[in-house]
Amino acid sequence: MAVLPPRENWPFQKIAKDEKIWMGIAFCVSIFLFFWMIIWHVYAKQNPSFVTYRTTPEEFYQLTKAFIEKYKVGEENGIPVVKPPPGSDVFLVGMQFRWEPVLILKKGEEYRLHISSLDVLHGISIQPVNMNFMVFPKYDYVLTIRPTSAGEFALICNEFCGIGHHMMIGKIIVEE
Amino acid sequence: MAVAVHDGEKIFRTCDVTGFKVDLRAEKIARLNAVVAVVSFLIAVIAALLLVLTRWQMFHLLPVDWYYRVLTLHGLDGLVFWIIFFELAALVFGSTAFLNTRMSSPALGWLGTILAIVGWLMVNYTILTGNADVLMTSYAPLKAHPLFYLGMILFAVGALVIVMVFFANLMIWRRENPGQSLPLFVYGLMAAAIIAVVTIASGAIIYIPTLLWSMGIISDIDAAVYKLVWWGLGHPSQQINVSAHVAVWYLLAFLTVGGTSINEKVSRFAFVLYILAINVASAHHLLVDPAVSPVWKVWNTSYVMYLAVFASMIHAFAVPSAIEVAQRRRGYTKGLFEWLKAAPWGNPAFSGLMLSMIIFGFIGGITGVVNGMEQTNIIVHNTLSIPGHFKGAVVGGTVLAFMSVTYYLIPLLFRKKIAFYGLAKFVPWLFGIGIAITAVSLYILGAFGIPRRHWDITFSGGPFTFTFNPVMDFFWALFGIGGIMAVTGALLWILQVVVSVFFGQPFRGPQDLQIPIAEPPPPAEEEHEGFVAPGTFVLVLLFITAFIIFVALNYGWLSAMWEVK
Repeated sequence: MAVLPPRENWPFQKIAKDEKIWMGIAFCVSIFLFFWMIIWHVYAKQNPSFVTYRTTPEEFYQLTKAFIEKYKVGEENGIPVVKPPPGSDVFLVGMQFRWEPVLILKKGEEYRLHISSLDVLHGISIQPVNMNFMVFPKYDYVLTIRPTSAGEFALICNEFCGIGHHMMIGKIIVEE
Repeated sequence: MAVAVHDGEKIFRTCDVTGFKVDLRAEKIARLNAVVAVVSFLIAVIAALLLVLTRWQMFHLLPVDWYYRVLTLHGLDGLVFWIIFFELAALVFGSTAFLNTRMSSPALGWLGTILAIVGWLMVNYTILTGNADVLMTSYAPLKAHPLFYLGMILFAVGALVIVMVFFANLMIWRRENPGQSLPLFVYGLMAAAIIAVVTIASGAIIYIPTLLWSMGIISDIDAAVYKLVWWGLGHPSQQINVSAHVAVWYLLAFLTVGGTSINEKVSRFAFVLYILAINVASAHHLLVDPAVSPVWKVWNTSYVMYLAVFASMIHAFAVPSAIEVAQRRRGYTKGLFEWLKAAPWGNPAFSGLMLSMIIFGFIGGITGVVNGMEQTNIIVHNTLSIPGHFKGAVVGGTVLAFMSVTYYLIPLLFRKKIAFYGLAKFVPWLFGIGIAITAVSLYILGAFGIPRRHWDITFSGGPFTFTFNPVMDFFWALFGIGGIMAVTGALLWILQVVVSVFFGQPFRGPQDLQIPIAEPPPPAEEEHEGFVAPGTFVLVLLFITAFIIFVALNYGWLSAMWEVK
């Protein structure tokens, strides 16, 4: 009785058969889910990265600027467009309220994508593939990505970063 | 009404319905906390309506600054203040009236209440004056006015004081009743209180340096440290809610059909698992963050190998089976589900209880595990799937459970008759179905990548644009309709509570009781070896099937994404 003390000998009451079976099933499912995450790390190709370097906004912005200068192929709406070679280190910086630069990548090739923020937290949301990662100031987060579909992809900021949050949209172009 | 006299002061009345001794000093404190809770809820509900009508792009009601301001208000008043004030009321009332014991320190009870209320006022004031447009999470380096952080600290300290008074009350009870076990309801509250201590301590640990930083005394707050410790407050505080609302489920099963946990040992064990495994929940929010390792993520996000999920699944059997066994003893033994069909569905507390369990389990619970698994988090993080999950878990689960139990608190705690009792029958359905529709449509919108906390998904003013799948218009409309239904249900409930408490007719005794309290069922005929709750068993199998399918689907979607490591 939920509002009265339990009946005497409650610690020694036998567990009913159905409750016992259910607890067994529930426990197995719980343990399975736990090991599933580990198995996915070993056998599957989508796992959040944990490669991180310490940086500062100034340092990261310098790195990004150097990267842009090296591989710049044009400009779109005031934002530089950059085409790095496959397998290279790629820099993408988030700031209130834009992403820099626009990236042109090649389908099926691997890139080391460095992301960081110059000010507050941002979220990088690649649409429509719907992959989402956090972007922190002072942390250089390295995602080793391999785009498996071609086309134009939007980079939407999905962590609230201030009044212009909704204007913060960037672009990745993946070529065949 | 019989009143006992202690030191020349009247401190007890005897409840003429339950026979409990009620400490009048505790009752006053519980009442004030409950009233503040309902006021917070009202603010959160009005904010919710404005937010629904803004995100539903067809109306796009609020301007951008007010959207984020109202969102901050909605998050804090809905997710923090309303629920915690309600829990403080439950802790004070539960540890005195339900134990037939006295309030250890009314003075400390008042101190805690006043501190929490002052904090609550400061936070609401800073938000509404535009000094804290930082959303509920207030992630540094976004900065709010120092009064905002100070208000949060005062609130946390006030709540902590009341939690301590709760423990002191338990000690008095223990001294007066050596050798007795706590009633299950109070046991669940105790689990909630223990989790609350750890949670609130995390809050204090992070808000104090943040306050100093916003005052300019500390020069820098590390964004990753802030987020890690803040979620030590943010997510475990939802586990206080889970523990408290599961305790309320057991209470409601008893009040509405006379149901008792079929095995107290099992139910209590599940509460202990909550305490042991739940405080690591901070990790859920850091799965796609830099800085933390996969080992840390997998261990912590799974609540220590899903022991807390296991605990919830134990309750998922224990509460409905309590109802089933009580009903079967009454003679509703035909087939698997006669007990369910013959249940008192007209009693708002019963329909609320059932909807709360279904929405919490099937929507909140299942989506919660997918969101919280390390890899699938990639496809839900910061999308509308996240609010979709907690609309199911917190609003459909906790809030609906609290709304339902309030129909008993109005006569028994406030000693008032329930105003417009005829309405009460509809409120849980309107609110429950509304919030279920809202939660599911949000989840689907999120699965298509639509971000949460976003004023304009047409990206007006941005250098590029992006158009989401046009099918989404349908789900936006569904979201709007569900939201308006839930808001209407909530407002009707608030109307009933406010009119009853402040303008209602006094409750003079059992003859005035509108909402029925079930007689205990006849005792079991004999111990039998087979299944005691076959209907519940089928229901939980249905649940686990849905659960596994949903996890598999999400990993299927994930495997179609770009490769990342």
